[in-house]
Amino acid sequence: MPVCGGAGRVVKGQPFLRSFVTPAALCAFAFLAAMAAVLQYSVRTFVPGSLEPGGFALENFADLLKPLYARVFIDTVWICFLTAVFTLLIGYPLAYALVRLRNQFAKSFILITVITPLFLGEVVRTYSWIIVLGNNGFINSVLLKLGLIAQPIQFMFTTVGVVVALVHVTMPVMVVILAAALSHIDRNYLRAAESLGAGPIRAFATVTLPLSMPGIVAGVTTAFAWTFSAFATPQLIGGGRVNMISNLVYQLGFASFNFPFAASLCVAGLTLIVIILWLTRLAMRPLERIGPH
Amino acid sequence: MLAILAFLLLPSVVVVLAAFNDSALLSFPPHAWSLRWFAKAVEYRDFQEGLRNGLIVASWASAIALAVGAAFAFAIDHYKFRLKAPIEAVLLSPLFVPHFTVGLGFLILAAQIGLARTYTIVVVCHVILVLPFVLRSVYVSLRNLDRRLELAAASLGAPPLRVLATITLPLLLPGLVSGWLFAAILSFNEFTASLFVTAQRTQTLPVVMYNYVREYADPSMAALSVIYITATAVLLTLANAFFGLNKILNVEQH
Repeated sequence: MPVCGGAGRVVKGQPFLRSFVTPAALCAFAFLAAMAAVLQYSVRTFVPGSLEPGGFALENFADLLKPLYARVFIDTVWICFLTAVFTLLIGYPLAYALVRLRNQFAKSFILITVITPLFLGEVVRTYSWIIVLGNNGFINSVLLKLGLIAQPIQFMFTTVGVVVALVHVTMPVMVVILAAALSHIDRNYLRAAESLGAGPIRAFATVTLPLSMPGIVAGVTTAFAWTFSAFATPQLIGGGRVNMISNLVYQLGFASFNFPFAASLCVAGLTLIVIILWLTRLAMRPLERIGPH
Repeated sequence: MLAILAFLLLPSVVVVLAAFNDSALLSFPPHAWSLRWFAKAVEYRDFQEGLRNGLIVASWASAIALAVGAAFAFAIDHYKFRLKAPIEAVLLSPLFVPHFTVGLGFLILAAQIGLARTYTIVVVCHVILVLPFVLRSVYVSLRNLDRRLELAAASLGAPPLRVLATITLPLLLPGLVSGWLFAAILSFNEFTASLFVTAQRTQTLPVVMYNYVREYADPSMAALSVIYITATAVLLTLANAFFGLNKILNVEQH
């Protein structure tokens, strides 16, 4: 029997262990070093006009509480929340169709439509939305031509515009997670409900929906975290009037060269994400018991 | 359902309309059609260099991520070793760490160890960001791998390297190819972290496109987007036909 050995020691029965694990360990180390660099900068002071940070101090974190920055934090959480909820509402029917449809062609069509945006990158997708939402854009041109509106609706530089584009950006991840959860539900539960006289709506509400709860929670959390990471969408569609933490970090780093403060924003943002993930895990625990596995 | 699909497809359709529109100003419906924005996009020097840089970075990053990720996924599946769970957790965590934080981290790190403005730091950053996806693809293949085939080969006297080369690797091929494909596409498209770690000389295509959108409003960007969308859709359709995206994404009905 193979013996459990240290990462550095090749044990009989576990050939190539060292050469298989070392590169991964180096990558993990590089990532930890980058995160440590952020952490270290976050507790240094900013020396105006210099790229080198000053001494150690916690003043960056005190500055985060100023209304200007606190406001960006609240806006970010609000935008992430709205995006996660709308992505769920639109993504659920898609995931459901993806799993339940019999027609292979329709299935592949939905899958490709949903997945392609995932591989287009934020810039291309955001640019497309600028053309759709702009004052001379597609929606306004069509509505003006039809005489439904007298002047363009302002989507650019508004929270609504940013959220619409973000929902589109986040959709693929949500659908993939929901579809994975839905596909693991044992169809026999549904058959049982139907044979006991439940109509399709009741069977969905009392069987499918509760059983897909873990997927919903995972999808909403992931959508929240992804939106939190978005940069190009709020930057280009928000145009400086809708700001998320990512935009503030970039601006602080590349316009004011205040890397210590940018780093402290990153640390605060990461803390927020970790707390949200941790709370979700707590909330998931009772759900896992009724889950399909 | 149709409304939802329309919402998903709307931006792509509108970009196509804008790309073939002769006028420099966005107008719907277009008055005349032309291919001139495609010509302009293809001839634009910054786009060409961005494409070249993007391909260099994506090739290196996806190859390294594939090698590192496949080896580690195999070790996780087959072996027991110390620090297994912590290393795995660290390597999967970039899924939840905002990319601007990863980018800022590697920017500061690069400055500290003298790698600022190099391709190396861009590649390292991309490897870290795409590794979780490679790990996931290879895990799925490993789960479907019949361990008895490896044991049979070993009991017939095949040394470990031979088992690996003649049994394990061929059986893992679909997972390896799809993992590499995911890594290459994601690296090629990575934007936020790249914005932080690239310099003028190493700018990848998404960064060049972002700068272009900020400065100019003409539809060459729409033309480039159309090329992009077409290439991606073709790649994905091929991947779907050869490997089945359902399986890779784990959304098949059981």
